[in-house]
Amino acid sequence: MGAVAAVRRDIQVPVTEPGNPTARLRVDNVSLRYDTPSGGVFTALDSVSLEVPDQQFAVIVGPSGCGKSSLLYLTAGLAEPSSGEIYVGGQRVDGPGADRGMVFQSYTLFPWLTVRQNIEFGLKRKGMPASERKEVVDFYLNEVGLTPFADNYPKQLSGGMMQRVAIARALANDPQILLMDEPFGALDSQTRMQMQKLLLRIWEHSKKTVVFVTHDIDEAILLGDRVYVMGARPGRIKQTLDVPIQRPRDLDMVMDHQFIDMKRQILGLLHDELEDAH
Amino acid sequence: MATQKSTLQRCLTPKVELPATLTLTASIACWVLVFGLWAALSYGGVVPTMFLPTPGAVLDAAMRLSTDGTLGKHVLASVEVVVIGFVVSSLVAVPLGLLMGSFRIVQALLEPLVNFIRYLPVTSFVPLFILWIGIGLEQRVTVIIFGVFFQQLVMIADVSKGISKDLINASYTLGSSRRDVVMHVLGPASLPGILDTLRVTMGWAWTYLVVAELVAASSGLGYMSLKAMRGFQVDVIFLAIAIIGLLGLMTDQLFRLLRLKVASWAQ
Repeated sequence: MGAVAAVRRDIQVPVTEPGNPTARLRVDNVSLRYDTPSGGVFTALDSVSLEVPDQQFAVIVGPSGCGKSSLLYLTAGLAEPSSGEIYVGGQRVDGPGADRGMVFQSYTLFPWLTVRQNIEFGLKRKGMPASERKEVVDFYLNEVGLTPFADNYPKQLSGGMMQRVAIARALANDPQILLMDEPFGALDSQTRMQMQKLLLRIWEHSKKTVVFVTHDIDEAILLGDRVYVMGARPGRIKQTLDVPIQRPRDLDMVMDHQFIDMKRQILGLLHDELEDAH
Repeated sequence: MATQKSTLQRCLTPKVELPATLTLTASIACWVLVFGLWAALSYGGVVPTMFLPTPGAVLDAAMRLSTDGTLGKHVLASVEVVVIGFVVSSLVAVPLGLLMGSFRIVQALLEPLVNFIRYLPVTSFVPLFILWIGIGLEQRVTVIIFGVFFQQLVMIADVSKGISKDLINASYTLGSSRRDVVMHVLGPASLPGILDTLRVTMGWAWTYLVVAELVAASSGLGYMSLKAMRGFQVDVIFLAIAIIGLLGLMTDQLFRLLRLKVASWAQ
């Protein structure tokens, strides 16, 4: 795996990871601090460490302000940690790159490009030939069920459709890891359930390593192999829970007692958090 | 269920759509009213024709001056100055404005100076330009550039600043380099805003043109108007104003169509 990663990287001097070689993502003692306007220091993340093995669906759940999105931005290389290191596929994260795809909460499709052109944006940056691009785009259009909308512009799509394109766009690039920052947060609950179902199905096919951030506990248990519960002020991981529910999963499992037990446990952790805040 | 509102009620409610026939009638009625008032005041002899020409007299002037070629000559002279001034200004302001809105260092470098110059009245520089450049074409072009460039720069920088950081971040996670971000994200994302800025500043270019021509010129619509004033030819002054308005309307429509064509995704 390390060798594969080294081939994929085009940056010279690869800094290889000292620890566990099977971890696709390793966050090592990462802290993020800001200077506040009042002259103080705000600790968004305090010595966070975690390891996500290859092909795992990891979910980070926590209250707003716990730094869960910041952790994704750091992994994507869109921000820099104050201290600590992040390794993806054995390579130290140093700036953004196509090996870490991301789906954002806000709609980030390029409005001047059609659905097809949006999905092939990353492939074009890579210099993939047109015939190959078409093959990849057609595959992912089909995966997200938007083949009939290939030539539509984003403004002609619903919110759910736009996020489906965003997922297809990120996956078409074949990243090592897919980062998802509350991708369904802005959708209504019906659409959200549809999207969860779709994501479960796509994930069964691709088995991509995923780090998914949400504040929705149901969503976390439904999707994740492992759930990291975060606390705020300072942002830190309070508890790591493995989801004991088998795959393939479906939406009706929210009624299973295993599911409900786990939900109770996470709710308990988050309630402590609310009380700590007072 | 609410009852159907009456048309009057709909007219008095903010942000409510009205039938196309009604809005069209209202637009035409306004023009008819203005022309009617003009005709009544001039033909009725309320205002002496020395100060307010009749619509007929303006039409006569239009016929007379277009057949002897003077009108065409002046229109061409004005259009030439506006186009040169506007194109030169835009060619520099668009890329520089994009850089100013996207790179903090360019903004820090230029913004204080630009904001100072932006508030200086262009007209106050006309004597200086005449002294430096003379009264030829270059002087009028300079007035237009000076009047338009700094406004364009600030407006285009704002367009570029308004582009969502998320779009840029998304393109980075898709493997864009910094160069890709400028060429494939900031550029296309700014296009509708750039065209809107050009459309608005084109109108200002016409205004500065007339200012320049009124002060020092030997051709152009402003000059034609000034000469007519000296000969008490009010009809020619009216004609010059009407032509400037029509040319402005035409360029505005041109920009509107251009925007529809190249940035239809933003409509």
